[in-house]
Amino acid sequence: MSLRPDLAIIAENVAPGSRVLDVGCGDGELMAVLRDRRQVDARGIEIAAANVSAAVARGLSVVQGDADTDLANYPDQAFDYAILSQTLQTARAPDRVLDELLRIGRRAFVSFPNFAHWRVRLALLWGGRMPMTPALPVSWWATENIHHFTIDDFRAFLRERGVTVEDAWFLNGNKRTTAAAANLRAEHAVFLLRR
Amino acid sequence: MSSLDQRFGLARSVTLPGPLKLDGGLRFGPIDIGYETYGQLNADNSNAILICHALTGDQHVASTHPITGKPGWWTRMVGTGRPIDPARHFVICVNVLGSCMGTSGPASLEPGCLTPYAMRFPVITIRDMVRVQALLLDHLGIPTLAAVIGGSMGGMQVLEWAATYPRRVRSAVVIAAAARHSAQNIAFNEVGRQAIMADPRWRGGDYYAEADPPSAGLAVARMAAHITYLSEAGLTEKFGRRLQARDAKSFGFDADFQVESYLRHQGISFVERFDANSYLYITRAMDYFDLAEEHGGRLANAFKGSTARFCVVSFDSDWLYPTSEARAVVHALNAAGAAVSFVELSSAFGHDSFLLDTPELNRVVDGFLRAGELR
Repeated sequence: MSLRPDLAIIAENVAPGSRVLDVGCGDGELMAVLRDRRQVDARGIEIAAANVSAAVARGLSVVQGDADTDLANYPDQAFDYAILSQTLQTARAPDRVLDELLRIGRRAFVSFPNFAHWRVRLALLWGGRMPMTPALPVSWWATENIHHFTIDDFRAFLRERGVTVEDAWFLNGNKRTTAAAANLRAEHAVFLLRR
Repeated sequence: MSSLDQRFGLARSVTLPGPLKLDGGLRFGPIDIGYETYGQLNADNSNAILICHALTGDQHVASTHPITGKPGWWTRMVGTGRPIDPARHFVICVNVLGSCMGTSGPASLEPGCLTPYAMRFPVITIRDMVRVQALLLDHLGIPTLAAVIGGSMGGMQVLEWAATYPRRVRSAVVIAAAARHSAQNIAFNEVGRQAIMADPRWRGGDYYAEADPPSAGLAVARMAAHITYLSEAGLTEKFGRRLQARDAKSFGFDADFQVESYLRHQGISFVERFDANSYLYITRAMDYFDLAEEHGGRLANAFKGSTARFCVVSFDSDWLYPTSEARAVVHALNAAGAAVSFVELSSAFGHDSFLLDTPELNRVVDGFLRAGELR
């Protein structure tokens, strides 16, 4: 089984045997890899019932819930890592969700699509239309992404909030991109954060 | 385990001396217990699953009911190739305390008397029911359970099991249930109880000698309750406003509508198999249930000592024990740091969905149980 590139980066960088909360875990693909290959005690939250059923049917502990409302009940520092992959841009209040991640987890992995990738810029600049790219394949009216942001937006946001970046990875397809070029060249970013 | 061991098999009963200290303060014993087991207990006692039944259920979870002749009430979940499979699991189902299918209840003879307890039976709680099940497991030589599973009042017992015997439960499946009875739940139960007690044949509960029980009252109680087990959409789909075996309204009070005929049938067939006083006692136990109250007002405290994995399931059309109640349980389990799965399944058929053909429920329960067996 090959993981989506951003999930593969997270899987490689989670310490074996740790406790992990995967927020927006889908059908539990990453959780299953963490459990099976890295002996991780993984828990998940997922909004879609069909995904939750699939995850539970594969033996994972997944709760049907919403990142915007259901993180408040977890105790402080209950997990070594809280993971939010491709979900922050769908949250109603991304700032509060990030606060909760860093409260519940000692560290947080956050991955998201970069709205400043050159394809996105070109689509707006030359096409004058909301971008539909390999990383953002859904049209404006159907997308769940309600808070588009860029890598530089996120960096500024972290600085303002005093969040420490422990590591970051920038992806153009399956290839890595440098931090300096990331805002133009990366389709996806993965950040490892802590308070 | 010898297959000749009389403790195991269908239609078993045992009388244990007790006495059991009840939540109401009384000491109760001896205790008759009606139960069934399916499958074989494995060598290391690790494959036992306890199934907890609902208000009007019984131990005949996957065997023919002795009175109605109908198949067991949960053959969709329990049986060959089902999530709970006697080929893999040792399955136990116990008639609850206060019921009328072999376990001590108001219709049982009072010790030293020739008459049933009737209303002299002590008021019991969900925790008392669970204590009786634990006594039976001691008698059967089962220290820990691979899983406890139940829907509705059965789900309440599952929660109580995890709270009261945290070291005896490895996996807990709570379906269409709540950690406490709401005002609405209590209100519907009270309608049922008042229907029974308003029947002149109830006679303060002492109706056993005349063999003339308060059937009309109990039937009305069942009819009212049955509405709460279904959904409006389910009733509309099944009956709509269709008339029963007639072309026009009768301008009378016969069962003109199919839904009336159906409810009357539900009421009448219920009284053949259930004791009215048991209905009073068990609904009371459900109304008294408030797991948070038993643990200093904080539900998460109930699960502090538990190392069990939990699976909580609700149905989107269940308005008797709605998803919000299941979520309260899940939030408490999260706060307690428990390993919990939760899903709200979609079904048109309301609270009763857990008993009906819901493949998604089977898939979830099967995956959850198998993951527990791997540990």
